[in-house]
Parts: sequence; C-alpha cells; structure tokens
Amino acid sequence: MNQIAITHTQWQPICQRSDLVADSGVCVLTGDRTLRTVSAAPKSIALFFIPHAEPQLYAIDNWDPLAGAGVIARGLLAEIDGELTVASPLYKHHYRLRDGICLEDNSVRLGTYAAAFDGDKVLIATEPGNH
Amino acid sequence: MVKQKLIVIGNGMVGHHFLEQLAARPEKSLFEVTVFCAEPRPAYDRVHLSEYFGGRSAEDLALGKVERYREWGFELLLNDAVTAIDRDRKTVTAASGMEKSYDRLVLATGSYPFVPPIPGHEHEKCFVYRTLEDLDAIRAAARGARRGVVVGGGLLGLEAANALKELGLEAHVVEFAPGLMSVQLDAGGSELLKNKIEDLGVTVHTSTATELIEEVDGRLCMRFQGDRELITDLIVFSAGIRPEDSLARSAHLQLGERGGIVIDESCRTSDENIFAIGECALYDNRIFGLVAPGYTMARNTVAQLCGESMSFTGADMSTKLKLLGVQVGSIGDAHGRAEGAAAITFVDEQTGVYKRMITDNTGKKLLGAVLVGDTGDYDQLLQYHLNAIDLPEHPEQLILPAADGAAPALGAGALPAAATICSCHNVSKGQIVDAVQGGCCSLGEVKDATRASTGCGGCSALLKNVIDEELAALGMEVNNHLCAHFPFTRQELFHLVQVEEIRTFEELLTKHGSGRGCELCKPTVASILASLWNEHIHRKPHVGLQDTNDTFMANMQKNGSYSVVPRIPGGEITPDKLIVLGQVAKKYNLYTKITGGQRVDLFGARLEELPEIWRELIDAGFETGHAYGKSLRTVKSCVGSTWCRFGVQDSVAMALHIENRYKGLRSPHKIKMAVSGCTRECAEAQSKDIGVIATENGWNLFVCGNGGMRPRHADLFATDLDDTTLIQYIDRILMFYVRTADKLQRTSVWLENLEGGLDYLRAVVIEDKLGIGAELETQMANVVGTYQCEWKTAIEDPEMLKRFRQFVNTDTPDDKIAFVEERGQPRPAREGEIVRIAEPA
Ligand SMILES: Cc1cc2nc3c(=O)[nH]c(=O)nc-3n(C[C@H](O)[C@H](O)[C@H](O)COP(=O)(O)OP(=O)(O)OC[C@H]3O[C@@H](n4cnc5c(N)ncnc54)[C@H](O)[C@@H]3O)c2cc1C
Repeated sequence: MNQIAITHTQWQPICQRSDLVADSGVCVLTGDRTLRTVSAAPKSIALFFIPHAEPQLYAIDNWDPLAGAGVIARGLLAEIDGELTVASPLYKHHYRLRDGICLEDNSVRLGTYAAAFDGDKVLIATEPGNH
Repeated sequence: MVKQKLIVIGNGMVGHHFLEQLAARPEKSLFEVTVFCAEPRPAYDRVHLSEYFGGRSAEDLALGKVERYREWGFELLLNDAVTAIDRDRKTVTAASGMEKSYDRLVLATGSYPFVPPIPGHEHEKCFVYRTLEDLDAIRAAARGARRGVVVGGGLLGLEAANALKELGLEAHVVEFAPGLMSVQLDAGGSELLKNKIEDLGVTVHTSTATELIEEVDGRLCMRFQGDRELITDLIVFSAGIRPEDSLARSAHLQLGERGGIVIDESCRTSDENIFAIGECALYDNRIFGLVAPGYTMARNTVAQLCGESMSFTGADMSTKLKLLGVQVGSIGDAHGRAEGAAAITFVDEQTGVYKRMITDNTGKKLLGAVLVGDTGDYDQLLQYHLNAIDLPEHPEQLILPAADGAAPALGAGALPAAATICSCHNVSKGQIVDAVQGGCCSLGEVKDATRASTGCGGCSALLKNVIDEELAALGMEVNNHLCAHFPFTRQELFHLVQVEEIRTFEELLTKHGSGRGCELCKPTVASILASLWNEHIHRKPHVGLQDTNDTFMANMQKNGSYSVVPRIPGGEITPDKLIVLGQVAKKYNLYTKITGGQRVDLFGARLEELPEIWRELIDAGFETGHAYGKSLRTVKSCVGSTWCRFGVQDSVAMALHIENRYKGLRSPHKIKMAVSGCTRECAEAQSKDIGVIATENGWNLFVCGNGGMRPRHADLFATDLDDTTLIQYIDRILMFYVRTADKLQRTSVWLENLEGGLDYLRAVVIEDKLGIGAELETQMANVVGTYQCEWKTAIEDPEMLKRFRQFVNTDTPDDKIAFVEERGQPRPAREGEIVRIAEPA
C-alpha cells in the first residue's frame, strides 16, 4: 500500500530508517524552518515504527491538545480493542494511529500523515489527511 | 435554647468511644459536655498496651487527642478525678476543688486491677498492669533485674508474662487455681496451654497460693503455702479486675453484691439521670471486661440521650488470641455448664493441639468451644454458636484435622444477614453484602467502606468468603486480569515468567497473551522482567515497554520537560556535591526544590539536555535516583546517635546501607523507607513501606505504612533485630511483595488484601512457612549483585543516547517548551505567557 503512495508529489524525505525505534516513537520537525509562512510553518510530528504491523509506519501530530504539550512521540503504543493507539504520557488519552481520533473524547482528533520508506529514507506527506 | 449539661467521668476507651459517637451526631449541639479524666493524658488504646514495650509510643496508642476534643467543643479536664457526686443538687466535685452541675451524668470509670491483700504487696517492686505509667514503672524496675513474677494466670497475666520475657527477664507465672485461663478454658485446654507456655521458657506454678512477700538481700522473696518459696526482682499483680464503683457507692447508686454499678437495658443506673458504661457497669449480674461490649453500651447510651431507644442485653464474650505465641480460642460456654451439655474433644499431643466443642442435649446446637494450639476453626465455630445454626450430622468433623473429604466448611451463604462477621466494629454480613452490591469488589474496598476486619483482623478469611460469594451471586466474575492482552493476574504472570524463564515481552505475549499489548501490560511486564533478570531497561527488547519516565529515566512534567533527581542516600550529602547540584541547576536554568525524601529535585530539563546534565552529575559522583521508576525511592533518616543526644543507633549508616542495597529494585509500585535513630521517630518511619526504628537492643521493623492520599500507619513486624536479621527480613518481605502484589499496588494495600494479613506475612518471612525464604533471598541477592546506574550505562552508549533527541532530524529545540521566571527561578509558561516569534502576516 505504501509503495503505491510513493509516487505522490507531496512526499518529502524526513529522516533515516536508523533514526526510528522499533515499537516506539520518535519526533521529527517538518516544514521549511527558515520560512515562517502558515502553510510551511514547522510542525512536530511523531513517527511510530511497528515492524510487525501493516502498515509499519505511522505519522501523527506530536502536540497533545488535551495535555497542552508536545509529547505524543514519547507515548506508549497500546492496542485497544484491536486498534493501534498511542497513550499520551501525561494524561493517558489514547489516540488512534490510523486517524488520530481520541478514544476518550472523539471530538478531539490529531492530524495524521502518510509515511513510507524509500530504501533507508523515511518519507512523509505533510498535507494531513486521506490516505 | 438552653443546652443540657452532660458530664462524663472517666476518659478511658469506652468513655472516649461514647464521646466520639456523640460528636458524630447532629444532636451534639444540644449538649454542653464536660469530661473528667483522672489520667494525665486523654484516652489511649489499652487493648494494645503491651505494644508500648514493643516500640509503639504513647502517641501511637492515643485514641483521644486534645485538639480533637477542642474541635468537638467538649471541655476535657485532664489529671482531675471526680471525688464526689451530689445527686440531690446534681453536681460533681473534682480533686481540684472544681464543682460542676449536670443534667445528665455518664460514669465510664472502668476498673482497677485487683491486688490480693498478701502481706508485703505494697512493696515498691510490686506492680500492676493497666496504664502507661504502670508500664513505665515496670520497665524501669526491669533494668538490671533478672527475674519477674506475674501473680495471676489469666489472659492479662499471661500477656504481662510475655512482656516481662520481652524485657529480658526470666518470667514466672504464679496461679492460685489448678489451671491457666480458668475463665475461658476447661481443664484439658488449660493443661495443654501450660505445657506450651513452659516450652517457651516461662515457668508456670499452678495451685500455688502466695502467703507473704518480703525483702531478702535486696530482692523479693515470695513465700507460698506448703513451705515453698521463689526469689524474684519484681512482681506484677494480674489477679483480675474490680469495677471502679467507689463514686457510685458513696452516691448510693445501686451496686451488685460483688460490686459493679447496676444498669438496665438502656444503660441507666438506679438514678435515671445517670448512666454507666464500660467495665464499671454491671448488667444481669455480669461485668464485661472487653472493649466490644463497652462500645455497645456507649452507642446505646448515645442513642438514649438522643431520644432513641436501643437496648443492651449482654454480649458475647468469646475470644481468640495469641498468648506468648500460642493460639487460644474460647467460645460461649467453654465449661459445658448447661444442663445436658455434651462434649466432643480432639487432642493431638504430638503437635500440641486441643479442641473441644460443647453441644446442647440434642447435639444440634453449639453452646461453646475451647481451642488451644490451633484456632483455625474459631471463625466457623463462632458463627455456628452466635447464629444458632444447626450443626452438621457429624459435628466432630468441624474440629478434626482436614483429611480427604475435608470438614464441611460452613459457607458464607449459610449465614443469616444479621450474622456478625466483624465483632470489633460490629459489622454484619448484611452490611458487607450491601457494600458489595454498592460496587465494592475487593477485600480492600470492602474494608474501607465498612471497617470490617480493620480491628483485630481475625475475621479476614470469613470476610473474603462473604465477598466472593456475593460477587458470584451477582454474576460478577472476579476478574483480576492484568488487561485485555493477558488473562492472568500480575502474580500469575510473575510466576510464569519465572518458571519458564521468559526474557522478553514478545515471548510472553506469544506464549500466554494475545494482541500487541498496551500501556498497562507493557510496563508491568517490563517491571517483572527487571525484578527477575535485572537487565538494563533500555536493552533492545525492553525499549518499547517502558513508560516515558522509564524510557527517558526522568519524570515528565506538565509542559513536556523533565525533572532530574540524583540519589542522595539517606539524605547525606557533602558540601562539594551540594555545590555541584547548584552549579548544574544554574547552568541549565533548572528550578530546584528540596523534597520530602531528603533530596533535591531539578526541574525543567529539556529532553536533549538530559544526557549532558547527567554526565556532569555522574562525573561529580552522583547516581540515578530512580525517581522515575516503580522502585526504591528514598530512605529517609535522622542524624542518629552520631550527633543526636537521644539517638541509640547510627540511623544514617543503616539508611545508607539499606538504600544502597535496594536501589534499583523494580517493584509493582514505588517503595519508600526510613530509618529513625530512636523512638522519637524523627524520620517518620511509621509512614513508610519499610520503616526501621532503633532500640537499645537493635532495630524494630515496621512494614506497609503509607503517607500521601491514603495514609496507613505501618505495622510493627518484628522487634529488636540485629543488623543481619533486619536485612534478611527486608529482603524476604520486599521480594515476596514483588512476587505477589498486583500491578501498581503499594505495600499498604497489598498487605490489606493479603489473606491472613500481617500474621501470614510473619509466617512466610519469619517462620518460612512456604519454604521460600532462601529463594527470596537469592533473588534479592541477584538484583543487588547486578545493580547498575542506568544513567551511567546510558551516557556511555551512543545507541541509547540517540533516543534523547527532541527531533531526530534537526538540533532545533522545541519552541513549545517555554519558561518564565517566578521567585527567582524558572517555571513553565502558562498559555498566553508564551511570547512567540512574530509570524509574518
Ligand atoms: C493489658 C491489657 C490488655 C487488654 N486486652 C484486651 C483485649 O485483647 N480485648 C479486649 O476486648 N479487651 C482487652 N482489655 C480490656 C480493655 O482494655 C477494657 O475492657 C477497656 O479499656 C475498658 O474501657 P473503660 O473505658 O470501661 O475503662 P478504662 O479504659 O479503664 O477507662 C476508665 C478511665 O476512667 C478513669 N477514672 C476512673 N475513676 C475516675 C474518676 N473518679 N474521675 C475521673 N476519671 C476516672 C480511669 O483513670 C480511666 O482512665 C485489655 C486490658 C489490658 C489492661
């Protein structure tokens, strides 16, 4: 599935495969950090690499609006009713990796992004949304 | 409205309970209350008086606090006994000369120890055993003494003999009657008790009448009938109690033939404005020398004063206790005095067990029972007796040792709702069932809600039975599963991991779980793996299992920054190290605060700064403080005998030893400890999971205390231990806790949920009942031997260090973390305080 999406024009390389930690999260900063325009404003995004899952790679906003802190990348991966989620470390809200919806309060939703490997590179599509 | 004047004479256990009950009711405001207390301090727990020798202080035993009385608006006059009651003028006069008038009067004057009028009994080395002052005097006299004699072989006498033994004296008991505890036990039971007690090194002289006590060469000589004698250094009289009825006598209230203030079912004396409660009161020609009936009288009288009717119709005097380590139980008519009574007796001379049941003439009802050496059947027999339940066809099965086709256990279901389960707090089966129906699902929750089993704890097994049956009846599966991924309790998982030598989460999940795990099971399993195998928590397979605090070995704060907490063992720190802490804090702009655990927390470190900060701390000789882990936090200590004029042991050295031994132990929850250098207890050890208090002879060990949200006073586990035994016990207790506790269960809750409670824990640790003592010690030795400072290992490993990057693709710091200054230090900026770099329009 991810392989097909690689042709998408919005993809940008974001880090190396070796930067990822299996079954855990890391954080990346996207966007052009010299240009402070709204659309290209830097954004911190959490990347989760789960070798035994399909897909293997998830990109989701690092900012937890319910905690008011950028900490999602440091949350624990948790499977809840068959769905992969991340439990935010401060107040343990669960956010679904697939669509960013908060299980405890579904009016809250984090942005999710397409992510994929290209050899040793990790690519990410910065426009949030449908993939 | 004019308030009624209420005077209470006597502030013992029952008088206090009366006032506590009154204070809890709205009708309190109708009374102007004055309390006269002859003792120099308000009420204390006389039932546990002997623990005063075991290390508990007068303060620990206090029931009534002066401030509490002030809060209630009751006037409390200490050290002032009432000397006369004038019923015509309705006044009382006190020793101080004060006169006060009353509308209602409550006599709660208790009783006094009976001292037989043997010539010489007033010698200064003759004592009684009733008040804290008595115990102080006995302790003083025991210094330098060799032998102590107790006159009286009843329940209290044996308790006093034990106390003498613990004070290091050679203890003797002299009893006039042919057997010990003749009120509660029949001849067979008392003979066996005597043998067992003699085995424990207490010499028992029964059928022995003392005729004279005289001083010979600075010691005491007791001369007995029949020309025998015994030389001793001190004597404690415990020959029964007499109701303190002298005030009532001179006020011409009706008394019993052998004393005691006569009361009716409403606890009124022969004067309708005067009540009598507790050990001074006589109902149906009986004195009730236990607290529970006294408390019932107190509640009854409060009800009367509030215009309700309730009646006191006597009380069950069954008792179960441990005397000098020997279990003794007595239920109902232990002597089989009723007409047509029949007895069934079981004796095992080899193990020293004696059991006897008394049935009525039909053989269907249990009138009484005597148990010596093994009181395991007590609860069940008591229920048969109290609730008049029909005995099974072969009642002897109830006291025979369980063979195959074991004794037909009386299920909790057979008990009526009115059956009393906990007699200390008068909790019925119905109340427990209500609590379960109201949502309490565990032993601990029910205890909290009903207070059942929080007194002597003797009913805990039965209580658990009632709860389990009710849960089953509600169709509720008692589900202690860790989470959706593992259908096991933490304890079961621990066992599986240990027995199958499982080393990774994946392996455990594949073998015994399902799915991918969650934030509940991952850290729990990580903790189990660490307790057992103690590999670095950052080793590859364990990385994704840790809570963020464990992952980054620091505590995340509300804005996503971290606190840094180096270990300061025992709270002892050199000036140089203190300076380093200051320098590091200054360099990285960290907020500093001194904690209750006697160390310094540094707040506001950014993720990427953690390794540098730790490198500097480690270079200066610091180690990780594990503030982030479910593990040993701190061992608080006072300065101890090195500096303090009161200290009796070197508490700092012991605290250092303990902290260095257990640092790094991963456990179901955090563990706090403390060591105090004397009974003044400046380190507050009795509010810790493990508390150690110095005595002149060694260390007293307290366990399972807690401060915080749900305070629990620690239990005294063992006394006067030497260093080696102390450590051995702590090793065993901690490992047993690590093995058997639920996830995130502090030791306090663990102990409350442990079937058999403190006694069971003692049996496992001290008597090694399960035969796992050595194994627990080996396991602990393994953890101690494989200790590593996780931070030291981490900063030397480039792979691990990679994790401490805010962004893996740039060194830019996170601009969402911002601080402002307050009181000269940084604190997280609140929303609206963050000044962002202006964004172009
Ligand atoms: C060592 C020991 C162990 C015990 N163990 C147990 C046990 O395991 N289980 C159990 O149920 N019971 C036990 N008891 C008995 C229990 O302590 C008593 O039943 C209980 O204390 C009775 O309470 P009370 O208030 O009636 O009397 P007390 O506690 O004796 O209080 C009476 C108070 O009134 C004061 N007073 C007397 N006269 C006057 C006056 N004129 N003016 C002012 N004040 C006055 C006295 O000084 C005293 O403080 C034990 C007792 C002892 C001594």
